[in-house]
Amino acid sequence: MTDKTTRGRAPAPDRSGSRGSGLHGAGPAQTESPPLSPDRRRFLTGTAAAGIAAGTGSLFAGGGKALASNPDNLPPNIPDWSRYLGVGVDANPYGSPVEFESHVVRRSVEWLTATSESSVNFTPIHEMDGFVTPNGLCFERHHGGMAVIPPEDYRLMINGLVDRPLIFTYQDLLRFPPESRFHFLECAANSGMEWRGAQLNGVQYTHGMIHCVYYTGVPLKTLLNEAGVKTSGKWILVEGADSSGMTRSIPLEKALDDCLVAYSQNGERLRAEQGYPIRLVVPGWEGNMWVKWLRRIEIGDQPWYHREETSKYTDLLPDGTARKFTWTMDAKSVITSPSPEKPMLSEGPQVIKGLAWSGHGRIQRVDVSTDGGINWQPARLHEPVLSKSLTFFSLPWSWSGKDALLQSRAIDETGYVQPQMAALQEARGVNSIYHNNSVQTWLVNANGAVDNVRLG
Amino acid sequence: MSVSVKRPLAAAAAATILLAGAGAFAEDPPLFGLGTPATPEQIAAWDIDIRPDGQGLPPGSGSAEAGETIYAEQCAFCHGDFGEGMGRYPVLMGGFDSLTAERPEKTVGSYWPYASTVWDYIYRAMPFGNAQSLGIDDTYAVTAYVLYLNEIVEYDQMIDQSNLADIEMPNAGGFFLMEGPEFERYEPCMENCRDSVEITGKARVLDVTPDDGGQTAIE
Repeated sequence: MTDKTTRGRAPAPDRSGSRGSGLHGAGPAQTESPPLSPDRRRFLTGTAAAGIAAGTGSLFAGGGKALASNPDNLPPNIPDWSRYLGVGVDANPYGSPVEFESHVVRRSVEWLTATSESSVNFTPIHEMDGFVTPNGLCFERHHGGMAVIPPEDYRLMINGLVDRPLIFTYQDLLRFPPESRFHFLECAANSGMEWRGAQLNGVQYTHGMIHCVYYTGVPLKTLLNEAGVKTSGKWILVEGADSSGMTRSIPLEKALDDCLVAYSQNGERLRAEQGYPIRLVVPGWEGNMWVKWLRRIEIGDQPWYHREETSKYTDLLPDGTARKFTWTMDAKSVITSPSPEKPMLSEGPQVIKGLAWSGHGRIQRVDVSTDGGINWQPARLHEPVLSKSLTFFSLPWSWSGKDALLQSRAIDETGYVQPQMAALQEARGVNSIYHNNSVQTWLVNANGAVDNVRLG
Repeated sequence: MSVSVKRPLAAAAAATILLAGAGAFAEDPPLFGLGTPATPEQIAAWDIDIRPDGQGLPPGSGSAEAGETIYAEQCAFCHGDFGEGMGRYPVLMGGFDSLTAERPEKTVGSYWPYASTVWDYIYRAMPFGNAQSLGIDDTYAVTAYVLYLNEIVEYDQMIDQSNLADIEMPNAGGFFLMEGPEFERYEPCMENCRDSVEITGKARVLDVTPDDGGQTAIE
């Protein structure tokens, strides 16, 4: 109930400056700022609640609870934003998400690694609709911290078994005909903490070492052609300029197929944490090979067997032998909502949402189960469904309010079916760390809370 | 103008190394003439990689005896006096015969296939936070010391450009290339696929997930 006489209506701003002309820079500047709404005033003095949603207690609250709204802002009342001016177009030269979405951030798990400079954080995939990851939310994985390289000091060297060893500047690379493609980048260790059992209670942590952006760059093939690969050349070594000097061996065939030497993501230049000014894109293959801050490509006649393809990124099996050169990321999917971070708020109509991807090509189908894999139905794949890219899927679901066990199962265009964990453990045991693409199970409890569980 | 490359045989063969090699450029596309020639000096300074056959090793030498002091000053703080690892920093020694254990200990001695990788990695990336500060002889010496901690070389054994590639690592034969697909293709079941399901584990019970208070939001 409102009483018009007691509503503190602010005086109307002086509109003597000819209205609307300011848009074209012709009108006189306003000499007097309009009075600020109470909300705006609070915001400007920095006392705004840092993310209302983040203030609702734990992300993993024991069940769904919708935020209580402020009745002053609801019909029949007139909220402040309908009465007072918001900030102008000069307030945010590079925009950020609205304060209410401040919980949508990369997060890390402190106990995972010895130091934050050789560590990983996680993409909040439970907050994503669609398949494109915003640049500021793309997970990071560094081995020597984030290098910051002025573009004028950047150099890319190509040497080894080539006719013409070359050095390219950043500007050189921008002059080659570019290609643009969406691709997912998944860390080989994504879901690696889940091999022995359900460990981390959040989809950001179990599946968030992944992102998918729109790259623009030079086909690696173009640069190799410029240097002239000798017939004896069979492998390339790619090397980063950061303090970890990241190196990986890649067969020439892959290098010539679809690798990009990329300078843009989602239409803007790479973020520093993603390898600015130049990174390698190795579609469908494990993220470690996507060398950031790329400084050198060497052509050789055999692989180098460096640390990141011997000590790391080899998959130990129960018999004590290890798989090497397991480059491709197999078909995988996960339900991002409901999930531990996205509890059920009410019974009745819901939408199950998720992501699917395969390093072998396109996703052909995603099946969803709400009874722990007894029965399945195909989800809707949202267009576009692209090769070696994330694919967004959804399925309407009416929740009865009873316990439910949610799973998703991806099938790619080669006919490969995402395996259940039992099948994967039978093939590889529990110590291979990498390449866990097993079906994930969420338990939706009767109170709406969602748990990461393992089925027998 | 993009140039089409001969495609590999099939997507399923992607896990197999098939090398197109010489035939890759069916017709060489025109050159753009961009970039400048890399001089031998430029290449020598940046091309620091080492291969298992010793390719790339520079002239120089060192022994565990010489490496012990350097290791104590520059490596032991994180890796421990005997390579046992401090805190969560990597363990460099031991773990022999643990690869089939419930909790394998993968170290230079128990897991790494080639000594060349030790040399390469130390030279390019260690000490952590001060990479590429070790000289060539220092790198031979520290490599020798790490191998000595794993009982792979003697304390006074000199390793150099000519003999590092001959060092036999205990797990040199421990790695293999996957042949063919890991799982057969099949048409998955859609209805009545299991009799029942049983929950055998819950992450909530384990309780190692960062909560709101412990989460590190990255600006």
